[in-house]
Amino acid sequence: MANMAQAIRMALHYAEENLGVTDIFGEDVGMPLGGVFTCTQGLKTTWNTPLDERGIIGAAMGIAMGGGRPVAEIQFCDYVYNTIDLLKLAGNTCWSTNGDWNMPMVVRTPVGSGIRGSIYHSHSFDATMTHIPGWKVVMPSTPLDAYGLLITACKEQNPVMFLEPKALLRVKGEERIPGEPDDDRQLSKMIDAPLGDRTQWKPQWPTLEAYAVPFGKGKKVREGSQLTVVSYGRTLPLCAKAAAALADEGISAEVIDLRSLWPYDWELIKESVQKTGRVLFVNEDTEVTNFGEHLMRRTVEELFYSLLAPPRLLAGKFLPGIGLADSLEMASVPQQGDITAAMRSLASEQP
Amino acid sequence: MSRPRLIKEASAPLQLDKELLLRIHDLMVKTRALEERLIQMYKQGHGYFWIGGPGEEAFNVPLGMLMKKGQGPAYDYLHAHYRQSGTILALGEEPIGALRQMKNTATDPYSGGRNFAGHFSLKKYNVAPVSSPIEVQYAVAPGTAMVQKRVGGDGITIVTGGDAGTAEGDFASCLVWSSRPVNPLPILIIVTNNKWGISTSGDGQHGEARISDRAKAFGIQAKTINGNDPVEAYNELKEAMEYVRKERKPYFIEALVSRLYGHSSASGANYVGDEVDCLKQFEARLEQEGFMTRQQMDDLRNRYTEELAAAARQVRDEPQPDPDSIWKHIYAEDK
Repeated sequence: MANMAQAIRMALHYAEENLGVTDIFGEDVGMPLGGVFTCTQGLKTTWNTPLDERGIIGAAMGIAMGGGRPVAEIQFCDYVYNTIDLLKLAGNTCWSTNGDWNMPMVVRTPVGSGIRGSIYHSHSFDATMTHIPGWKVVMPSTPLDAYGLLITACKEQNPVMFLEPKALLRVKGEERIPGEPDDDRQLSKMIDAPLGDRTQWKPQWPTLEAYAVPFGKGKKVREGSQLTVVSYGRTLPLCAKAAAALADEGISAEVIDLRSLWPYDWELIKESVQKTGRVLFVNEDTEVTNFGEHLMRRTVEELFYSLLAPPRLLAGKFLPGIGLADSLEMASVPQQGDITAAMRSLASEQP
Repeated sequence: MSRPRLIKEASAPLQLDKELLLRIHDLMVKTRALEERLIQMYKQGHGYFWIGGPGEEAFNVPLGMLMKKGQGPAYDYLHAHYRQSGTILALGEEPIGALRQMKNTATDPYSGGRNFAGHFSLKKYNVAPVSSPIEVQYAVAPGTAMVQKRVGGDGITIVTGGDAGTAEGDFASCLVWSSRPVNPLPILIIVTNNKWGISTSGDGQHGEARISDRAKAFGIQAKTINGNDPVEAYNELKEAMEYVRKERKPYFIEALVSRLYGHSSASGANYVGDEVDCLKQFEARLEQEGFMTRQQMDDLRNRYTEELAAAARQVRDEPQPDPDSIWKHIYAEDK
């Protein structure tokens, strides 16, 4: 099966061919590199930009206003911070003009820890991005969802922030992308650029099919009855693994992959929490004014009388950065053991 | 490289056809009357804030007259700042829209009562929404120019901003992105230099001799012109726009202008007597050349003043936006 980087590449190829995407651009996005995570290798509308994130977001906005359909990349979300007021502008353009202008643009950026990226290659962006109205914000945890969410993003009339959990970009999926060949090695030969000289290389794209994951729809990745875990991105597979391990201890956990942060699938969360009475929100952004805190507030306000225990949030520590040393990274953002322990503790919590 | 031109002799003959001169004059008077009405509305409590462009008419009016007006990349895009009323009127907009925005009525055609005066948005004429940050338009403008370069035709992108805003990084971004050897862009980059940033004099903030020198460092053809002279502005803009349309390369104009009512209502919005008033100067020349009499010019001014006073009375009675309308247009689908 394809990994997430390949899935993103295939979705972009599909979008170039079928959805009118005109420009896929950013730092090192075009050949010869095709993106530092290989997500844009071999695509026909890619080009390289100056090292200027504000220029990249501004160009995407202008291209969208001119009738193009841009997919811009910020190489690491750690470098998107100097574009915040342009993101705000992209998010308020439709509203502030009373509907005169739309801003159909996609921004992709890798987020989170997991590659020992130290202070400027480990940051998360979901907490900040969900503070900027007017955008739709998504974050896949599987290659198939990455494919389907990106295809939906490229059909949108609004700005879309597509957050790529960098720890999962190289992880192969368990579900086939429609049109993907059976053999992984064959797929790699077809669409991965060779090492060394790439000047003559051209990808052989498989015949891909339309597959769109709608925004605002989460996915129940595991049924359970005693507690609900809501997560997305890097921590989602860790939550699923914890739930499987805890099943052996007789704890039945339901796991929800939110996938879409704005809009988000409140109905799915609500239905689950009303069933289990216990909920843990897990993500790796810093925990103060974290998106999970918003979900907790809503849980308390709307589902208080269904709760058997206080809702919990497991998130990144409120630190200025994630230190390089393995011990520092592990201590800064939720790991497998932290998640399993938090779920076990919540499952057994009594008044 | 041409040397910066300063104010020409007031006695120099006017080099444009009489009909064109009178059209420019008419729009300059209309713009001034509009700005003065907006200021009056503010002072009478019919608006929360005023910002605008009195003192930039001699440059902004010819800019609007010369734009290729229409929607989509075959036509010119304007990424403007908030002193651009002269350009908007020259594009054919009725001034009552600006009054409605001042009074933040539901009928405000540019923002539905959401944004300040002078924050125009006209997708029908490719006028990108004006926003309060003084620099962002410089980062966005290369995008429309890229689309225009790709689709062909002679449509160009025009971006304007003030001298103080050139200190922001987006101004540098605009120079970088417009002049990349791999894809030079059909963009006319404009700075209207009124020598002020709110209360701070530009003299103490600009190490460069001319702002246009910065464009020259990128190989962009650049001029500093007298933006208080509508004839010079018209001719220089025409030449610049023809170059960009044909060559599909960037061009830069720094226009020296005045700021006749201060930065905004926050600084009082009172007439500043010691700056060149482009309208007074132009009218003296029109009178000298015998194109118009003082009486004709006074009559024109009075007519626009009265029309705008009547329009302001009309706008006062128009409804404010419905509180529930805050949820509209967050997304394209929220009609």
